[in-house]
Amino acid sequence: MTTREHDASVYEEVQQSSEFQELKNRFRRWTFPMTAAFLVWYLLYVVLSGWARDFMGIKLLGNINVALVFGLLQFVSTFWIAWAYSRHAEKKLDPIADKLRHEVEEKTQ
Amino acid sequence: MKSETLATILFLAFVALTLVITFYASRQTKTAADYYAGGRSFSGVQNGLAIGGDYMSAASFLGIAGIIALSGYDGFLYSIGFLVAWLVALLLVAELMRNSGKFTMADVLAFRMSPRPVRTAAGVSTITVSIFYLLAQMVGAGALVGLLLGITSPAGKAWTIVGVGALMIVYVVFGGMKGTTWVQIVKAVLLMTGAALITLLVLGHYGFNLSSLLGDAAAQSGKNGQFLIPGLKYGTEAQGLAGKIDLISLGLALVLGTAGLPHILIRFYTVPTAKDARKSVLWGIGIIGTFYLLTLVLGFGAAALVGGKAIAASDKAGNTAAPLLAKAIGETFLGTTGGTILLALIGAVAFATILAVVAGLTLASSSSFSHDLYAHVFKRGKATEREEVLVARVSAFVIGAVAIGLGILAQGQNVAFLVALAFAVAASGNLPAILYSLFWKRFNTAGATSAIYGGLISALVLVIFSPVVSGSETALFKTAAFDWFPLSNPGIISIPLGFIFGWLGTIMSKEYNAAKYAEIEVRSLTGVGAEKAVDH
Repeated sequence: MTTREHDASVYEEVQQSSEFQELKNRFRRWTFPMTAAFLVWYLLYVVLSGWARDFMGIKLLGNINVALVFGLLQFVSTFWIAWAYSRHAEKKLDPIADKLRHEVEEKTQ
Repeated sequence: MKSETLATILFLAFVALTLVITFYASRQTKTAADYYAGGRSFSGVQNGLAIGGDYMSAASFLGIAGIIALSGYDGFLYSIGFLVAWLVALLLVAELMRNSGKFTMADVLAFRMSPRPVRTAAGVSTITVSIFYLLAQMVGAGALVGLLLGITSPAGKAWTIVGVGALMIVYVVFGGMKGTTWVQIVKAVLLMTGAALITLLVLGHYGFNLSSLLGDAAAQSGKNGQFLIPGLKYGTEAQGLAGKIDLISLGLALVLGTAGLPHILIRFYTVPTAKDARKSVLWGIGIIGTFYLLTLVLGFGAAALVGGKAIAASDKAGNTAAPLLAKAIGETFLGTTGGTILLALIGAVAFATILAVVAGLTLASSSSFSHDLYAHVFKRGKATEREEVLVARVSAFVIGAVAIGLGILAQGQNVAFLVALAFAVAASGNLPAILYSLFWKRFNTAGATSAIYGGLISALVLVIFSPVVSGSETALFKTAAFDWFPLSNPGIISIPLGFIFGWLGTIMSKEYNAAKYAEIEVRSLTGVGAEKAVDH
């Protein structure tokens, strides 16, 4: 089945419901600031790579310098954010989304 | 046995295996959902591997290892943009697209807008981005065969391009998304295995001491301390301020382009649910991230064990750094035979890589041609499923043939900039349209077409007047000089322009449909009415 034929008012009703608003808020309040954060963190890295080369060249351990550690931290943060998002989605988003989906599909069948 | 012969045998084995897969896939490809989306029946892990296979092009494997080997740290810097970009896809795009679209990027846009203008714009942009990317890979294949198999005559290179193109056409025309996805999976496993093997040998050679590997790499590169910090390739001190702004511009295009690349976006449709789409991106991030960590060792390893001079002598761009390293490390551990075997292995993997990526691009552009332009624009949504799949197959053939022709014509030209350009166009045109469409209630037809055409045209115009096209030693046209735009990468201007055009177009049009936005918002977040997997 597809819902393209369904009465459009069902969607407006769901959209207005407090449960859906909660789902939307939980989604946006997590993903929007996090997107801003990792973009700023990445741009900081690129900007320092362009303008702070002396700083990037400071050796920390043997030949391992700030630049290498900063770069590796970008990997760590990417892996961490991906993992954290999947946890957030499973715990906070999926249960509401599943419930709403079942409700709408029952209503429109 | 010579390593060229062994590489050819290994590569032919890969071709044979993928052709068998394509044959089986073709027998299961009947409906449009089969052809465009592999029946939506791949698991998250399978699609995650395929995402890696689609994304890790020869440009990232040989190219990044080469940049690291010759310019040190800057190659690593480049790879990080490619990885972080996946967070945009994971957090904002993958699941919502899976829930609200069907086969192409345009499905999401056409959902609540006037379908014909929006699909035309999305189709034009999809085909433009894919052809740029495709052309870069095809020319790369011609160059690579010369380096790896010792074929250096223009005719030999042209035949290689014809061969790669013909195989890619067979995969896509017969195997559709199902066949192409399996080709990506096999390639991803081979590439990861090959890269991991060489990495382990290199690290083993240095007693798993990263610092001594880095020290050796810096010493043998001929660049000393400079080798381990940014600035040898991007935004060099000699280029001054423009060079550094160019670096930021490149970074922006890389990080924002991925989530707008059509051949990546259609991967999200190959799984049964949005949760599987999420899982596949998580796997994709794990695989791609690991791969770039491996290339870091491969690049520095090549600098250390082969040496900057020898690499530059073999290929100015450093594309042979990884194969040369395979040979050197093989000889260190296992003597001449070992060197021959590892070189052959990496050569074969490199070809498998090119083949898989070009197949993914051909599929994306032919899907968009058939589903968006033919079925919805020309036929106004009245094409039958059979017709649509037939047109998709014919257009895959035609696009493949065009790519072969252009690839042969562009042989020997410096077209590496086309990959960065494809990312810039995707970030400037497609990404604003997708994000506005998913998150902005007021967004409408005029906004979507303005974002796509505005972003696409700004990126193209800026590149035409940039130093990569004219006025420099490495430009496409060395003798002409119409390079009034100082940056090689247009992103820093064209990406904001794409967003501004999309906003302006929207507010200047009165069109506004609250009911349709309610529908896409509810559907994208909950998965109500999302397309289901096909049972066979």
